[in-house]
Amino acid sequence: MNGINPTLAFAIVTAIKAGVLIFVVVTAFAYLMLFERKLLAWFQLRVGPIWCGPWGLLQPAADAIKLVLKEDLTPATADPFIYKIAPALAVLTALMAYAIVPFGTFPDGSPISIANPNVGILFLLATGAIGVYGIALGGWSSQSKWPLLGAIRSTAQLISYELAMGLSIVGVLIIAGTTSLQGIVAAQSAHHVWFIIPQIVAFLIYGITATAETNRAPFDLPEAETELVAGFHTEYSSLRFGTFFVAEYINMITVSAIGTLLFLGGGDGPFVAQIPWLTIVWFLAKVGLLLFIFIWLRATLPRLRYDRLMAFGWKVLLPIAALNLLVTAAIVALRGHGI
Amino acid sequence: MIVLFWACALVAIASGIWTIASRQPVHSVVGLIVNFAALAILFLTLSADFLAMMQILIYAGAILVLFLFVIALLTIGSAPIETGRGRLAFQAAPSVAAGIAALVIMGAGLRVAWSPTAAGPLNDLGSVANFGQQLLTTHVFAFEATAFILLIAIVGVVMMAGRKELRF
Repeated sequence: MNGINPTLAFAIVTAIKAGVLIFVVVTAFAYLMLFERKLLAWFQLRVGPIWCGPWGLLQPAADAIKLVLKEDLTPATADPFIYKIAPALAVLTALMAYAIVPFGTFPDGSPISIANPNVGILFLLATGAIGVYGIALGGWSSQSKWPLLGAIRSTAQLISYELAMGLSIVGVLIIAGTTSLQGIVAAQSAHHVWFIIPQIVAFLIYGITATAETNRAPFDLPEAETELVAGFHTEYSSLRFGTFFVAEYINMITVSAIGTLLFLGGGDGPFVAQIPWLTIVWFLAKVGLLLFIFIWLRATLPRLRYDRLMAFGWKVLLPIAALNLLVTAAIVALRGHGI
Repeated sequence: MIVLFWACALVAIASGIWTIASRQPVHSVVGLIVNFAALAILFLTLSADFLAMMQILIYAGAILVLFLFVIALLTIGSAPIETGRGRLAFQAAPSVAAGIAALVIMGAGLRVAWSPTAAGPLNDLGSVANFGQQLLTTHVFAFEATAFILLIAIVGVVMMAGRKELRF
């Protein structure tokens, strides 16, 4: 790096890291879809995709080619500018979270991540909060009935469940005494306790709200096929439809990764002291487990009624999350220290 | 850093103009989102990390979503109401006055910022821990008073909206 402006060098290195990370995350998305289709098939005693490549492994590529080759339609009544940027906005906010996710540690102890800001968890909450714009603007700009209804449902649902999610996370922050993601992971491995044990209530609330935030079954009201055709993306076709799909699945991976970091000790696990590279294996295994639970829920549970969904968020989850936070804060205050 | 400042400052001004100039209210919302994002990055360059995140989380993530929620419901399929400038004529004098006041305040702010005796920000004040410490010790009265005002606002809204039985 001699002779190069350090700021420029930093920018180039970060850009390369980001490029690699985006490639990895998008590939993970493609195989998450195959994983989901296979699992759903097995839950229903089917075989799932088997024709494209061995064991259906080339199915994601076939799907991608099909989507790209389809015609990209814009409805005549749509607002063309917003209609075109909405899917990009959705995938942009979904990918932004990966700027700070620590995937594990290198053998020299330095974390595998792009950045480690001291506001870590707030950054994740912020990207989650603006993730709703892709859906809201996409549904609005289509200028037709079902997408608008889907978008409005989605916005209301996200606003309602975001509060309980934020409160459930604050319990972990109080125990760990830091808002940095790497700090939270380090606190868990240093004290040999994953925060799922002292914060089991918060973990359950986080899991439920994360399912709602990613519009997954049983909270997939925004795209309820039986009532709204396909919800906010009804009018979208071709690659723009695919982009919304990418954003939804990347969000699923993101909330699983955050759950792993906050409650399951991140890359912590047996033998990590001897072999540091195992951290990334443990991290990915835990994320995979949470993703499996997501798909399991979809295969098992029927969709909620809309008023039940709202009542559950405001009258059950939010009070329990607030109570959990209060009890956690009281215990930490009485003990005089967190973990 | 100075390149980042100029880029964000120009984006902030352009998106601000876009916000007030666009005829379609939803376009104004999009302009405002871009504006908030540029502001957040400006806060980051001033090492005000916490403020930057709050700018996104609260303003862009919560308040603006509610704006969009209402605007999207109101304007679906309808043309903008104000097509000419005639209806806005009575607003000319107040907006000129407000503009002059804003320029005076901005000028005063810039004078303070450029004067060599101006106190620099406390070291690392923008980080979450220091910001929280200051908020709950030095500025605890203002903090609690703000909370009280917000509580009054919430009670008022419930009073006005909750005449009939509240149902979800």
